[in-house]
Amino acid sequence: MSEAVLAPAPLRAAALRRAPHRLADPAFWLFAVLIALLVLLVANPVVRLVWDSFHTADGAWSLQSYATALGNARNLQALLNSLALGAAVTVLTLAMGVPLALAVSRSNMPARGLAHLSVLAAFVMPNFLGAIAWILLAGPNAGWLNRLWIELTGVDKGPFNIFSFWGLAFVIALYTYPLVYVFTKAALDLVSTELEDAAAIHGAGKFQTMVRVTLPLALPSIVGASILIFLEAIALYGTPALIAIPARINLATTQLVSFFQYPLQVEQAAAFSMPILLLTIVMLMLQRRLLARRGFVSVSGKGGERRPLDIGPWRWVLLAYASLIGLLSVVMPLVILVMASLSKAWGRGLASGNLTLGNYTTIFFEQVTVRNAIVNTLVYSIATALICVVMGICIAYATQRRVTPFPAVVQGLALAPVAVPGLIMAIGLYAAYAGPPFSLYGTGMLIVVAFTTRFLPIAVTACAAAVRSLNPELEEAVRVLGGGRVTVLAKVVLPLLKKTLVGVFILVFVICTKELSTAVFLTGPASRVVSVLTLDLSEQGNYETLAAMGVVLVVITTLVVAAGMRVAGRDFMLRRGG
Amino acid sequence: MNKEHSMSKLQLKNICKTYGSTAVVDDLSLDLRAGELVTLLGPSGCGKTTTLRMIAGFIELSAGTIEVDGTEISGAKRTVPPEHRGMSMIFQSYAIWPNMTVAENVGFGLKVRRTSADETQRRVGEMLDVVHLSHLAHRYPAELSGGQQQRVALARAMVVRPEVLLLDEPLSNLDANLREEMANEIRRLHDEFRFTTVYVTHDQSEAMTISDRIAVLNLGKLEQIDTPWNLYNRPRTPFVAGFIGRTNLVTGHLRAGQVTLDGFGGTVPVQPDAPRDQAEARVSIRPQSLHLGAAAHGALPMGRVSVVSRTYLGEYWDYMVRPVDGGEALKVHAPPSSVLEIGHESALSIDPAGVAVLS
Repeated sequence: MSEAVLAPAPLRAAALRRAPHRLADPAFWLFAVLIALLVLLVANPVVRLVWDSFHTADGAWSLQSYATALGNARNLQALLNSLALGAAVTVLTLAMGVPLALAVSRSNMPARGLAHLSVLAAFVMPNFLGAIAWILLAGPNAGWLNRLWIELTGVDKGPFNIFSFWGLAFVIALYTYPLVYVFTKAALDLVSTELEDAAAIHGAGKFQTMVRVTLPLALPSIVGASILIFLEAIALYGTPALIAIPARINLATTQLVSFFQYPLQVEQAAAFSMPILLLTIVMLMLQRRLLARRGFVSVSGKGGERRPLDIGPWRWVLLAYASLIGLLSVVMPLVILVMASLSKAWGRGLASGNLTLGNYTTIFFEQVTVRNAIVNTLVYSIATALICVVMGICIAYATQRRVTPFPAVVQGLALAPVAVPGLIMAIGLYAAYAGPPFSLYGTGMLIVVAFTTRFLPIAVTACAAAVRSLNPELEEAVRVLGGGRVTVLAKVVLPLLKKTLVGVFILVFVICTKELSTAVFLTGPASRVVSVLTLDLSEQGNYETLAAMGVVLVVITTLVVAAGMRVAGRDFMLRRGG
Repeated sequence: MNKEHSMSKLQLKNICKTYGSTAVVDDLSLDLRAGELVTLLGPSGCGKTTTLRMIAGFIELSAGTIEVDGTEISGAKRTVPPEHRGMSMIFQSYAIWPNMTVAENVGFGLKVRRTSADETQRRVGEMLDVVHLSHLAHRYPAELSGGQQQRVALARAMVVRPEVLLLDEPLSNLDANLREEMANEIRRLHDEFRFTTVYVTHDQSEAMTISDRIAVLNLGKLEQIDTPWNLYNRPRTPFVAGFIGRTNLVTGHLRAGQVTLDGFGGTVPVQPDAPRDQAEARVSIRPQSLHLGAAAHGALPMGRVSVVSRTYLGEYWDYMVRPVDGGEALKVHAPPSSVLEIGHESALSIDPAGVAVLS
């Protein structure tokens, strides 16, 4: 009996020993498909963008586009304004994110869990909705804060004006600071308490410990996050479209979009993109070098326990600050949006007779555009998230385990979109796929392609981290017992990474619902999404319908995120990517 | 002991630490003389690290006091914060700050003490010489090996000339060869600088290598504090006898300073400070104080035994033997040349120095 089990089956063994033909190797086909997809999604649009910038509309080689796009004082001023805005936003986000990260990660501030949740909420909130809310709150005359001020003090003009440079920077910062928080907190979470204890026992007080040990350890991450914030602020289109255009502040992104108004000047847009693209690439390289610098990895044998630092009465100061940020970024905007969505005319406030559910019946049953935009947003986001997860895990597994040839090329292509601001990627995609032979302009397909290109790096980074966390011996055990690569993936890798993949799906989904800059040139009447429709409705001054649409979107994403937290764990959204 | 070593430097008086209803440290008293190196030794969970962190000021006491030079630094009323104790500490993870160079790490304590730049530089240089790291002064910790990081931690702790030097399992992250080397290094540095030192470990050979005295802790209580020689040869409790080295714990009859064991012939004289006569005394017999074959010089005959089981361990044979007339089996360590088959009989003799009556 036992002998029969132990003896190898001779026929099977012979079959196993035959080496499969090269073309029968699934790894080869995986590689071929991935490379083809990546060339279509990433390489082609970027190449087209650069190509177009050096050619006229008729296809002749020329530097004319550069001369026109950059030889214009107004356009150059737009670039400078964007740089100034980037700097201002960076300073504001640091002031918000760093203290919060310190408080949540290292101090004994009360309600740390709640503070963390409020950062998550600010991250989930689409920035264009935040901008709408702040227009309602701090618009120069009708804004509720201004009217409250006038009511309270009796002066005839309120102090707030969101349609200003600092108003714009403030609103952008409110919804981008989570990035600073995540980077700083990730670094601080790695600081072992023993490093701080060592400072204390060698004579440093709490403040000195913080300044000389704790913060310096997080500094590379903080600077790295600042660079990302700066780039994000320069590349952002939603909030600038809603606030900068009425405020007559010309920015690089609003200028880029204006190239797409009649008469269409794709080549000039491409040329104008180049300095921004170069700046992005240079700064990202800088950021990578900084974070890879030697000496800043926490060296330690055993991690040791982590105790929060007792900061005495300062914890109440920090709590007040965290509450203020939560109030400004999440609570007040949501309250104003809900109230506006329930009003006949938002400007009349809580007056009797102003209350109505009409805005909701309108968007659900009457106005097809709004309903379609919501449905489109959900469908495109789900499709994108699905494609990103599948491609993400394939690319991550193939490159981490070196299954395919040239893993570095595959990975490099997949991560390249990080260095291309959304609006500029959209120009490339427009140039590559809007016209014949693909003629995708105005189709949902083009939006999904654009979103996939843009967010693939997020999926790939997250999946790569997950694959790295798996011990390869688990997979080798399958191979040794006779299972192929496909068995390895289906029976071991995917089951183990199930939760992570759900997390990645939801992360990409939520980010898609917020995405505006990639969508703005590429949507047609039939493929409009909520973010793009927001701009139209805002232009029409239809804030009540807009608020109702925003509330519906926020409710949906909140439910999705809550479901994700149950499946993938509390922290799946706010993990530091790469 | 010379005179300067006789005065108390660090005193722990009846200290307790309770979390809820569990006592982690239970009524512990220790008295360290200036310049002494005392090791807190015990299995994990015995309260040794908690005790060390109470001395450092990271943990407040539930009861009792800690005094340095007769001044209370931890007590019911107040706990002097760690940074004002003038101590220094070496952590299990070394806790070398990865954002500072070796020289900056070592100079940190001097800097926060506002020592002048020249003085700091000079003392850091000297200390790096002492630990043989001068050539790495401007490297970052991530570029150093485990042993080198350990030396940085030692230099950083000693350069401030601490009132009391604390070491929390400093060798537990090193591999076996390096561990022995560093233990000798720590002892060498202690002989050179004579800082009053508290050293925590769960490794008895490490403790034996470096300590002036060892305090054995179990379940938060002090079992025995003594020199390494006395702990091994004169253990006072079954726990100490079993924890320090290997031993046979048997029951014997104690009368007039002589022990007799069931099944064995002959009597064994025990240490003069042994407890009073009792019918059932706990006795520790070290395996290497038992000899098989003809009685060795100075050993007392114990009658005949037969081999129950045996294991060859290279450096010695590990035999289990049982008296021919019946009785408790004993473990015997015999030299590799002394080969006996299982079931064979032999004479057994004992060296009385390896026998201790426990309380």
